[in-house]
Amino acid sequence: MRKITLSRRDVLKGTSALAAGAAFSTHVMAAAPPASAITPALVEAAQKEGKVIWYTSVDLPLAEKVAKAFEAKFPGIAVRVERTGAERVFQRIGQEYASNIHAVDVANSSDAAHFIVWKKEGLLLPYVPEDVAQFYPAEHKDPDGHFASFRVWVCIIAYNTNLVKAADAPKSFADLLDPKWMGKIVKAHPSYSGTIMTATYQMQRDLGWGYFEKLALQKIMQVQSSADPPKRLALGERSVMADGNEYNIFQIKEKDGSVEPVYATEGSPLIVGPTGMFKAAPNPNAAKLFCNYSFTPECQQLIVDVGGLRSMHPRTKEKAGRKPWKDIKTMKDDPVAVEKMSEEIKTRYSKIFRV
Amino acid sequence: MSVLTSTAAERRPARIDFSRPILYGFAAILIVLIVLPLSWLLLYSVTDRAGSLTVENFIRLFSESAFLDPLITTFIIATSSSFLCCAVAAPMGWLVARTDLPMSHVIRALVTASFVTPPFLGAIAWELLAAPNSGLLNKIYRVVTGAPQDEHLFNIYSLTGIIFVISCYTFPYVFVLVANALDRTPGELEDASSILGGKRWYTARRITIPLVLPALIAGALIAFLQAMTLFGSPAILALPAGFHTMTTKIWSLFQYPPKPELAAAASLPLLVLTIILLRAEHMILGRRGYSVVGGKYGTPRLIPLGRGRWPAFALCILVLLNPVFLPYAALLNAAFAPVASHFLTFSTFTLHNIEFVLFELSATKLALRNTVILGTATATIGLLIALVIAYVTARKAVTGHRLLGFLATAPVAIPGIVLGVGLFLSYTRPPFVLYGTLWILLIAFLTISLPSAYQQLQAAFRNIHPELEDASRILGATRLQSLRQITAPLLRTSVIATWCFIFVGVMRELSAAIILFTSETKVISVLIYDLNESGDLGAISVIGIAMLLITFAVVIMVNRIPGFGVTSVRLRT
Repeated sequence: MRKITLSRRDVLKGTSALAAGAAFSTHVMAAAPPASAITPALVEAAQKEGKVIWYTSVDLPLAEKVAKAFEAKFPGIAVRVERTGAERVFQRIGQEYASNIHAVDVANSSDAAHFIVWKKEGLLLPYVPEDVAQFYPAEHKDPDGHFASFRVWVCIIAYNTNLVKAADAPKSFADLLDPKWMGKIVKAHPSYSGTIMTATYQMQRDLGWGYFEKLALQKIMQVQSSADPPKRLALGERSVMADGNEYNIFQIKEKDGSVEPVYATEGSPLIVGPTGMFKAAPNPNAAKLFCNYSFTPECQQLIVDVGGLRSMHPRTKEKAGRKPWKDIKTMKDDPVAVEKMSEEIKTRYSKIFRV
Repeated sequence: MSVLTSTAAERRPARIDFSRPILYGFAAILIVLIVLPLSWLLLYSVTDRAGSLTVENFIRLFSESAFLDPLITTFIIATSSSFLCCAVAAPMGWLVARTDLPMSHVIRALVTASFVTPPFLGAIAWELLAAPNSGLLNKIYRVVTGAPQDEHLFNIYSLTGIIFVISCYTFPYVFVLVANALDRTPGELEDASSILGGKRWYTARRITIPLVLPALIAGALIAFLQAMTLFGSPAILALPAGFHTMTTKIWSLFQYPPKPELAAAASLPLLVLTIILLRAEHMILGRRGYSVVGGKYGTPRLIPLGRGRWPAFALCILVLLNPVFLPYAALLNAAFAPVASHFLTFSTFTLHNIEFVLFELSATKLALRNTVILGTATATIGLLIALVIAYVTARKAVTGHRLLGFLATAPVAIPGIVLGVGLFLSYTRPPFVLYGTLWILLIAFLTISLPSAYQQLQAAFRNIHPELEDASRILGATRLQSLRQITAPLLRTSVIATWCFIFVGVMRELSAAIILFTSETKVISVLIYDLNESGDLGAISVIGIAMLLITFAVVIMVNRIPGFGVTSVRLRT
């Protein structure tokens, strides 16, 4: 009952605000609420709540940096980062909601399919931050205002520059099947990582499961998070990663130059990580403020500069030395298909790789 | 030499009136603690999604290789670890207890250190040491021998690697049992053999070994159980290598989409095997009493090692390099080095990881708080429950005390991850929705720590002869007065020790917590596991070292209590 009244009220508010602020935005979607700015009233209400709980799958140190930046800008609101793999985030939220525990305020997942499920289940609160309404391209925001692309990146191949010469480095996914990489590859897991779930979907669609079956014969080292293969490369534990976050590779490369990204000739799987807030958020105002902040040029530039991520906010600048986003050949993302196939992908993957 | 244990005083009839309510009250608590989760486990294992009865779960369990392989792997790991533990711990226990080994108290202290080191932390430290390419030991090997980059001496991500790491943190169980048994073996028996003309080896073969054998077999069983039910180490080392054990499989069945009915079915073999093995242990140890109980006997004769003293000591230290020195060094290195696999130098020394854990990682404070709250609460409540039950059973104060004793020991047969699954099934539904609160973790930790707390306290009560209490009663004190004035002061050290060891046990518990935590109820062990999955080794090292420091502070506190040493310690993972 409560849920219905809430959304009705929102729709009402939406329509009246739409009339009032028609000049502000030219093409607000019919079902989406109007854009919300960071107002002093919102900040004050958020400060009263004093905290915001952010479930995310973004690499932990980066997540904490975003949290610290938010805390510095809005004193008195502590951000607690609940960071784990996107598939775990999804499972935790599901398990908590099934037990009527409403702990999450804002979620950010590297598996865009999760937002389709949450939206379908009516768990998300439509809320459109000003920047999203004004600047974000249509394909990077939900037409009904439930979520938008907080971060975008690709899942790539990379190698350790001390262990592999540039000339010997793989150029394509097919190259990884060369026997010379036997025992030298590290790879993350789609049952943990949303990045790898999304990537596995795109790769089995474009390259076929046969590719994975052959890759499994290479005695890969199986880790969980897509943030881990870059770290294993940095440790020198393996020479090449078959998949993992481009943004972690940038971070490490720019720190000590020990790794180098490879954009596979077949195309790199495109990963989109949306952010949205929950209707039953325990700190609704802080959640709105945090959502809103997430899409500001300030925060977006931070995740680009410090994090190595890509931003869909046109007011951000790409960092020099990184391959420009437009030059990257990506595979096509399809969260709707991922949602339908995720269970099959997990089962099939664990059959092929045995874990 | 042997004297019967039971005296007339212990057999006297109960005299207190409130004994019956206490018995029923505590029996009810224990039954809820144990029977509820196990019932749900059983029920789930024989139902399908729709809730109708089926044996399908078990058919899948014993026909699909996805379940059979882990079952076989687990059996191999448990058997090998058990053998390895015995092979290392038995000679060491003998050296420490029965020879003039130098600095044997140091050896005992180091065994305690490996005892209280969380196995999952040890596993992560061994990743740092013996990962095939980045492991510090393999790096040293390549530098020393000039071997090429892709050659390695050790590969921790392998079956042998896992067996090794598990043994590192399981052998203390065998050591404690063997050393204890040897400590207790009356020297007179060996003297008698010598006087009657038995040579040293003859005496060892005919007297010492038979007396210790039950303890050794018991130790082997305990080691087997530990290795079988451990979650952290296989999750950290086996998954990268591409295989599952039963515990990691059960846990993976809880990942999305969760299959609780399969998880329940997969838990049952562990439970059944544990019960069988514990019965076996009981049968073997149950016969021990014939030789060593009661009477006054001299301290065991120490065998002079002669010129072998220092080599023997060096050998012990060599063994203890593996669970203690090397892993601790690797954690320290990783905590202060910019990259966990690089050797720390003065120029690369960084406080970055410490800063990150203390000032940036927002989960640290919450996890630390939860752990301390749970540790304190579990230790206090567990101690009280164990104390009452131990008193009742040791003094046979109530008819039916055996039932209480049995119930208090029963959780030993429930592996942590199985208990986790059972509690999850029990407390996520009305009328007891405890999931998401610290209560469910408290119940889990209480259940897990009760058996060892009870056993320690019961032993303590047995050591205090009732004649002291009787004397007080005869002189006119009431039962409560004599408890307060006579028994309580005598028990003080055991009580403090038990409290501390429950606390330490809670800090290192992972296998039940990993199933039961939510974001608000995260504990340190789960936080470390989370960090391991995203490869944040530097942060883990810092938290791990902090955890070890707290643990050692507690252990040292315990060891300063006179009359208490490593030998009465018993922890579970």
